[in-house]
Amino acid sequence: MDLTFASITDIAEAVKSKKISAKEVAQHFAKRIEALDGKLNSFTTKNELFLQEAEAVDARIAKGEDVGPLAGVPFGIKEMFCTKGLKTTAGSKILENFIPPYDATVVARLKAAGVVVMGKLNQDEFAMGSSNETSFFGATRNPWNLDCVPGGSSGGSAAAQAARLVAGTLGTDTGGSIRQPASFCGIVGVKPTYGRVSRYGVIAYASSLDQAGPMVSTVQDAALTLEVISGFDKHDSTTTQRAVPTWSKNLKTDIKGMKIGLMKEYLSSSLHPDVQKTVENSVESLKKMGAEIVEVSVPLSEFAVPVYYLVAASEASSNLARYDGVKYGHRAEFKNLSAVELENFYGKTRGEGFGKEVKRRIMLGTYCLSSGYYDAYYNKAGQVRRLIMNEYLEAFKKCDVILSPVTTAPAFKIGERISDPLAMYLNDIFTTSTNLAGLPGMSVPFGLSQEGLPIGVQLTAGHFEEQKMLNVALALETASPVKGKNPHVI
Amino acid sequence: MSYRGYEAVIGIEIHVQLSTQSKIFCSDSTNFDAGDNENTSPVSVGMPGTLPVINRKAVEYSIKTGLALGCDIRRKSVFARKNYFYPDLPKGYQISQYDQPLCENGSITFKVDGVEKTVSITRAHMEEDAGKSNHHGDYTLINYNRAGIPLLEVVSGPDIRSPAEAAEYGRTIRQIVRYLDVCDGNLEEGSMRCDCNVSVRKVGAPNFGTKVEIKNINSFRFVEKAIEFEIERQIDAVERGEKIIQETRLWDPDKNRTFSMRTKEDAQDYRYFPDPDLLPLIVSDAMVEQYRKELPELPIARAKRFQEEHALPEYDAGVLTMEKDLADFYEEAAKQSNNFKASSNWVMTEVLRELKDANKSIKDSPIKPKQLGQMIAMIDKGTISGKIAKTVFQEMWQSGKDPEVIIKEKGLVQISDPAAIEKIVEEVLAANAKNVEEYKSGKKNVFGFFVGAVMKASKGQANPELVNKILQEKLK
Repeated sequence: MDLTFASITDIAEAVKSKKISAKEVAQHFAKRIEALDGKLNSFTTKNELFLQEAEAVDARIAKGEDVGPLAGVPFGIKEMFCTKGLKTTAGSKILENFIPPYDATVVARLKAAGVVVMGKLNQDEFAMGSSNETSFFGATRNPWNLDCVPGGSSGGSAAAQAARLVAGTLGTDTGGSIRQPASFCGIVGVKPTYGRVSRYGVIAYASSLDQAGPMVSTVQDAALTLEVISGFDKHDSTTTQRAVPTWSKNLKTDIKGMKIGLMKEYLSSSLHPDVQKTVENSVESLKKMGAEIVEVSVPLSEFAVPVYYLVAASEASSNLARYDGVKYGHRAEFKNLSAVELENFYGKTRGEGFGKEVKRRIMLGTYCLSSGYYDAYYNKAGQVRRLIMNEYLEAFKKCDVILSPVTTAPAFKIGERISDPLAMYLNDIFTTSTNLAGLPGMSVPFGLSQEGLPIGVQLTAGHFEEQKMLNVALALETASPVKGKNPHVI
Repeated sequence: MSYRGYEAVIGIEIHVQLSTQSKIFCSDSTNFDAGDNENTSPVSVGMPGTLPVINRKAVEYSIKTGLALGCDIRRKSVFARKNYFYPDLPKGYQISQYDQPLCENGSITFKVDGVEKTVSITRAHMEEDAGKSNHHGDYTLINYNRAGIPLLEVVSGPDIRSPAEAAEYGRTIRQIVRYLDVCDGNLEEGSMRCDCNVSVRKVGAPNFGTKVEIKNINSFRFVEKAIEFEIERQIDAVERGEKIIQETRLWDPDKNRTFSMRTKEDAQDYRYFPDPDLLPLIVSDAMVEQYRKELPELPIARAKRFQEEHALPEYDAGVLTMEKDLADFYEEAAKQSNNFKASSNWVMTEVLRELKDANKSIKDSPIKPKQLGQMIAMIDKGTISGKIAKTVFQEMWQSGKDPEVIIKEKGLVQISDPAAIEKIVEEVLAANAKNVEEYKSGKKNVFGFFVGAVMKASKGQANPELVNKILQEKLK
């Protein structure tokens, strides 16, 4: 077995059947991280205890215990997830040295399923960004072209996965932060239905939009990982009580008769020709496999970006208030600290601790929620958000899954857009409405640009219809012209 | 009530600490005696990634309180974030309720100086408490044990017109939450905290004056005093032609005055918005009905029933229903004795006096209500006299033994056998022949001497009525 390109499913099978030890697997990937991450900057913290974790998995297997479906699979975890005893920074100086005393529920579930945590992966600061350039720990590079961004905010996860520094990664998606970097790096990324996956221990950016999901190499791996992390959590009241389906076992490529929706609004927007081509190719493939293509419309998606930024910034301004230097994280130095200087204390600590983009969104959110503006901004955004959701519900009466581009263009150059935040925000035009409506969405690789950069297509399904979405994704994966292609840079 | 031609307009906000075992949004203990920061967890100190989960018991207690205050219970209420920075507020926001509180539109009625007064309850909403800052000169230490303690904030309408009404309003709320057993009502330990909004206006003026808020008053006596001071201060200011400044003031109990803490210019914009981590709180009709069924009879209704069914005077009914445990004690004793007034008398005089002397609460009374009732029934049956009963009561208080046991052990049974009494009477009369002659010669006041002598000879056990009757016969 070529470990580097082996799927999660294959590695877990091999480890469980003792064809290879978890320790050997971990060592293989640790070597890759050592050799290659210098180019990518995808890891922020390496787990010093990874070998012990792997040996523990082997010991359990030796004793005949059931180690779970991800036995010995080396994973990288986005900085956004709290990991017990392992630094968790959210890509920010303000949490530079924060070591959580607990695991996020999803991390605990991965560990219980046999995963070996190799380390933490870079991201935009507090997941605010679409390029990974806002990280306090420096930009991550796209393994397909080191001059390009890997996308964001889960750029570290996407880059590490695409370069096969680990066998699986975890990302978070607030407005496209899993799907966009997955598309830029040529991997599979799933944002589940809101409420499917616990947010407990996931550092909050915008609570009503955040959702964690797998960023892996195959649809099968995505289904399997999603199964492990999904399900009700008594520590998160927004998780659903619904049972978790066995998506990985029910996966099938037969999509005959399925109705695939093409959104009128996407068709009319200006796309990079390579993206346009990729979407057209995917539609052709689906038709060939017997799917029916129907046109659907979500007219208010035009407002998804502004609504998203109002909601996300507002919630973020409140969620980030806890980083005040009092209890943990960065604290500004003061000679004489007295109660009188409290305002200065907060100001200096937060001024030093937060980066530009985070400050921008805190300011925006604070403004949106302030008295006199709440109704005009936050409240209005909430109303439009509900209308967008209603339009989606209407659209899903006509189709099973909606297909669309993930982004308007493939990965851009590092530094190209960082000085133009608005252009950066518009990057999220195809992904944000999914989060606003709480729908599941994913990116599947289906093309390469002229310059050799990956391009994914986005699938969106109705609430809790992950199976339909994953099945269409599997069909696309099977037919994908880029199947088996890997970044040649490394 | 008029003060120099002015009228006071008072509204009160009371924070009621709900006596749940764990905090409102996590499982930390609420134990008051814990060491500094002992009752904390990642959730209550607002660690990154942590999320709140509502405590079902806190909801139950809040609904019960709302029902007892005559409120409508919202079937869908919403938790909101109140955003502000302070070191003892771990998340940078307090989870509270804002435009959709759990309880609304209630009222309570109570008596002040014999006059009935009704005060509307605008709303009662759930929220979490913050931690506590301990300032030490140039540094501050923070204890987060209180962070996340469940509170219900009860907000009255601006219906209160005098310091006495304000204090009685507070006592009534306290009495109700103690009846419900949802709060221990201990103001000194901060289980209840009072903020009073006070303004004055010329009698008959249509608009309210500028209000001043007096925060965190920790006794109802101080509520009364602080409002009294504030009314006078504000009238003086208005009379001098000054404008009242909208501000927050604190009560200084040593100097007997309020003083300014901050003015409205420093007021925060709290940027309330629905907390996205908590779904709306949905309360079913079944839940409300269940809690309504579980509500105890409230003090005013109970006092009324004691007056109507037990024929107790209003005063007795009022005293006995001050606390639920006391009313329960009385009612059980009365059920046992089947003598309402006597039970009331014994509870109000002997029991309350002994408790006060021993600094005990009714729950810790060594005499159980059933025992007291049995003793009263024995008086009514003539087994013991009222006088012996006092001895029996003392003995019960000391030993906690049943009255029958004490009577048997100490031989305190009343002698009601006429023959036995006749014998003692004859002996007394024989031993005091001189006094008998005096009596027969018309000195009727010697009678009392004979009664005393007979009682003494019987060691107090002779039935006094029989003693009287037999003496009179013998002395004819």
